[in-house]
Amino acid sequence: MSEMIRLSIFRFDPERDDKPFMQSYEVPVTKRGMKLLDALNYIKWELDGTLTYRRSCGEGVCGSDGLNINGVNGLACITPVTGLKQPVHVRPLPGMHVIRDLVVDMDHFFDQYRQIQPWMQTDTPTPEHERLQSPEERALLDGQYECILCACCTTSCPSWWWNGDRFLGPAVLLQANRWIVDSRDEATGRRLDQLEDAFRLYRCHQIMNCMEACPKELNPTAAIDSIKRKLLARKS
Amino acid sequence: MAYLSTDKVEHHFHDVVIVGSGGAGMRCALQLADAGHRVAVVTKVLPTRSHTVAAQGGINASLGNVASDHWHWHMYDTVKGSDYLGDQDAIEYMCRAAPLLVRELEHQGVPFSRLDDGRIYQRPFGGQSREFGEGGQASRTCAAADRTGHAILHSLYQQNLRAGTHFYQEFFALDLITGDDGCQGLMAWDIARGEYHLFQAKAVILATGGAGRVFRVTTNAHICTGDGGALTLAAGLPMEDMEFFQFHPTGIADVGPLITEGVRGEGGYLINANGERFMERYAPTAKDLASRDVVSRAIAQEIREGRGCGPKKDHVLLKLDHLGEELIMSKLPNIHELALRFADVDCTKDPVPVQPTVHYTMGGIPTNRFGEVVYSKGRNKEVVFPGLYAIGEAACVSVHGANRLGGNSLLEIVVFGRACGNQVMKHLREHRYHAQLDVDCWQRGAERVERWLSSARDRREGPSIADVRLRMQTIMQEHFGVYRTEELMAEGVARLESLAGEMDRAVISDGCGLFNTELVEALELENLMALARVTAAGALARRESRGAHARDDYPERDDERWMRHTLATLDSEGVKLGYKPVRTSPMTVESFPPKKRVY
Ligand SMILES: Cc1cc2nc3c(=O)[nH]c(=O)nc-3n(C[C@H](O)[C@H](O)[C@H](O)COP(=O)(O)OP(=O)(O)OC[C@H]3O[C@@H](n4cnc5c(N)ncnc54)[C@H](O)[C@@H]3O)c2cc1C
Ligand code: SF4
Ligand code: SF4
Ligand code: FES
Repeated sequence: MSEMIRLSIFRFDPERDDKPFMQSYEVPVTKRGMKLLDALNYIKWELDGTLTYRRSCGEGVCGSDGLNINGVNGLACITPVTGLKQPVHVRPLPGMHVIRDLVVDMDHFFDQYRQIQPWMQTDTPTPEHERLQSPEERALLDGQYECILCACCTTSCPSWWWNGDRFLGPAVLLQANRWIVDSRDEATGRRLDQLEDAFRLYRCHQIMNCMEACPKELNPTAAIDSIKRKLLARKS
Repeated sequence: MAYLSTDKVEHHFHDVVIVGSGGAGMRCALQLADAGHRVAVVTKVLPTRSHTVAAQGGINASLGNVASDHWHWHMYDTVKGSDYLGDQDAIEYMCRAAPLLVRELEHQGVPFSRLDDGRIYQRPFGGQSREFGEGGQASRTCAAADRTGHAILHSLYQQNLRAGTHFYQEFFALDLITGDDGCQGLMAWDIARGEYHLFQAKAVILATGGAGRVFRVTTNAHICTGDGGALTLAAGLPMEDMEFFQFHPTGIADVGPLITEGVRGEGGYLINANGERFMERYAPTAKDLASRDVVSRAIAQEIREGRGCGPKKDHVLLKLDHLGEELIMSKLPNIHELALRFADVDCTKDPVPVQPTVHYTMGGIPTNRFGEVVYSKGRNKEVVFPGLYAIGEAACVSVHGANRLGGNSLLEIVVFGRACGNQVMKHLREHRYHAQLDVDCWQRGAERVERWLSSARDRREGPSIADVRLRMQTIMQEHFGVYRTEELMAEGVARLESLAGEMDRAVISDGCGLFNTELVEALELENLMALARVTAAGALARRESRGAHARDDYPERDDERWMRHTLATLDSEGVKLGYKPVRTSPMTVESFPPKKRVY
């Protein structure tokens, strides 16, 4: 018999269940390097077609399958399942409204993203050719632009759980910083003005959960810190 | 007077409905929204989850930032790459527009990598040359490290947020509403809430991406199920050239994730079990940067002749450690991550196991170079079907013909996304009002859903969709792979047709209305099955080798008989095949006549 993996998975169907419960499954190890998404797919395709979760790319680039895995947020498709403590506890991203099983409502997260006006803003006329940017200026975007908006960081942030209606949270602040440091963007002042707010930015208390949660190894804490320092420098 | 014979369906009115929020759909939406039109984008996933996000290596444009370049050379390479099945008017249009569109992407915020002088970084890619093949390798592929698709998709999403495009996200397109005077709208299913929506529009644009999931091992996302093509077939319209699926030479062996051609562009190369750099034998000049069909066939040949690597001798190795850690981490960081995660290989030290893997759908919904869907009626092979458009990987315009060049697809999606937007604006000027709909037009779409939900609610017995899907994918993988023969394909067609017969009995187990992903998978399987059938039939009929369609029994290209596009329709009696000529006349320059391809 092949090796089996035991999982305990959060289930909730609001049409049928009064409250959520954890359901146990056993899944064989089907291949070397098997990921948690492979295990979820195995359950869905072989054991229980009602298990509900999101997925798309299967390789950690689209941000669909952020989940809480044994208490830590991560992407199912790049989390090796064999290394995990069993039974593997799989829950939806914490602090989010659950639509069904592992699927959460992402509307508020994306609304907050829109609030920072995450698009290039320029006042000078558009040049005929590309806007020039030196490799050094471009390097400032590394570690920022790669964000896949999976919300693993934001939903691990205690400040966001308590004040998520107003605190923008690490993912969105990282993206705010992505535009602040882009040498081509000409709205830095306006962007900083918008963030200078007791709630939007300053609810971050450097707890660093976000950095540990990020599956792309980005560092929202550093970005938040950099925004704070820019605001301070502007005052003096 | 009611619009519809039901109140179960919410009825929306828009100027334009775009199905799909990949690069093609969002570039088109932007064109229209910025011009002040009411645009609805219907998409089955959140916009940034679309598969454009996975594109790695880059986007082609003859900017000449690294070495001199010209759109005409780009055009030549694309025609040659297509194995002369590409339509040359569309190819000229795309290559001419490329520099404009790429610079525009830069203006829209795409974080391209940079050269020392501050201009956009460009890398060499397969099948690229200067001076019509005479001037050596070109560097035409504009890159944001190896995350170019992510960079483009996110920038286009951001621009659409600015422009105020309406997104109906996690809505699944079920059926086109068509009548004698063309397409009038779309039926869709709100996945999260389990409700029906009818989008009435003066123009419907299909930007639903590729169909790689008809095969078992693919670089494509789970969501790449060719839905737009299946809607087109269901509307009685044809699909074009579906027998041409691109096998990318370097998918990670067994699992599928892509290792970009950019690795070979930066100096990586392939070796066989003897450690031999075998591409030198197959393509003495371009070597590892020959066009993809050529490299994939070479790998398959090495494996067939026993020079594959690993215990099963079923793959070859891609070596890049000699490029050095610094280059890898700055220009190919994502590849490093993927190789580590999916092949357990640190590519700064060891080679990556790779094999040819299904990657790109060259065929699709037939269109002209304005994105208008066309079909043949009598002697006229390109009659416009009013109000219906297709762009991106879902469409067959056809700029890729029998084989796509790397970096041309991201280009295609923005070029034709924009062109289609402009064409739709003309259409809107002539069509000011919504048409009167048949009051029962919603029914066919709703029946698609009800049939599956009732199978679950009545606990009917039958094959599961996972089972049928796996069997379909296995048939396609085994019978329509890199090398094809009459016998193999004929058996494949027979097996597939009998499997398709089982679809009526297939069931799901989830009868819940809310976020029913098993239902979505069932609908996707119907779509995949339709596309698999036209793919298989088209492949069996085409008795030649051209581009990605390589046959052992007909190893040569046959321009006399087969330099023509396949058009396949599907009805209750099965697949019917027709053909139309290649558009060999470009817009302004002279045609490139077919000649033997040598790399
Ligand atoms: C791994 C990988 C790497 C690649 N790298 C490159 C590269 O370097 N350069 C290059 O030029 N090309 C590359 N390509 C190809 C290129 O990325 C794609 O061809 C291109 O992005 C397709 O874009 P699209 O907008 O047509 O479709 P997609 O981005 O696939 O979007 C399809 C959209 O349609 C929606 N949709 C589909 N069906 C439905 C439905 N039924 N109802 C509602 N919505 C629906 C989806 O939600 C999605 O939003 C790569 C492809 C892959 C797989
Ligand atoms: S560092 Fe700031 S943003 Fe990150 S988890 Fe802590 S409080 Fe939240
Ligand atoms: S910063 Fe990391 S964890 Fe947060 S949304 Fe972006 S990719 Fe996800
Ligand atoms: S499925 Fe795309 S990130 Fe996991």
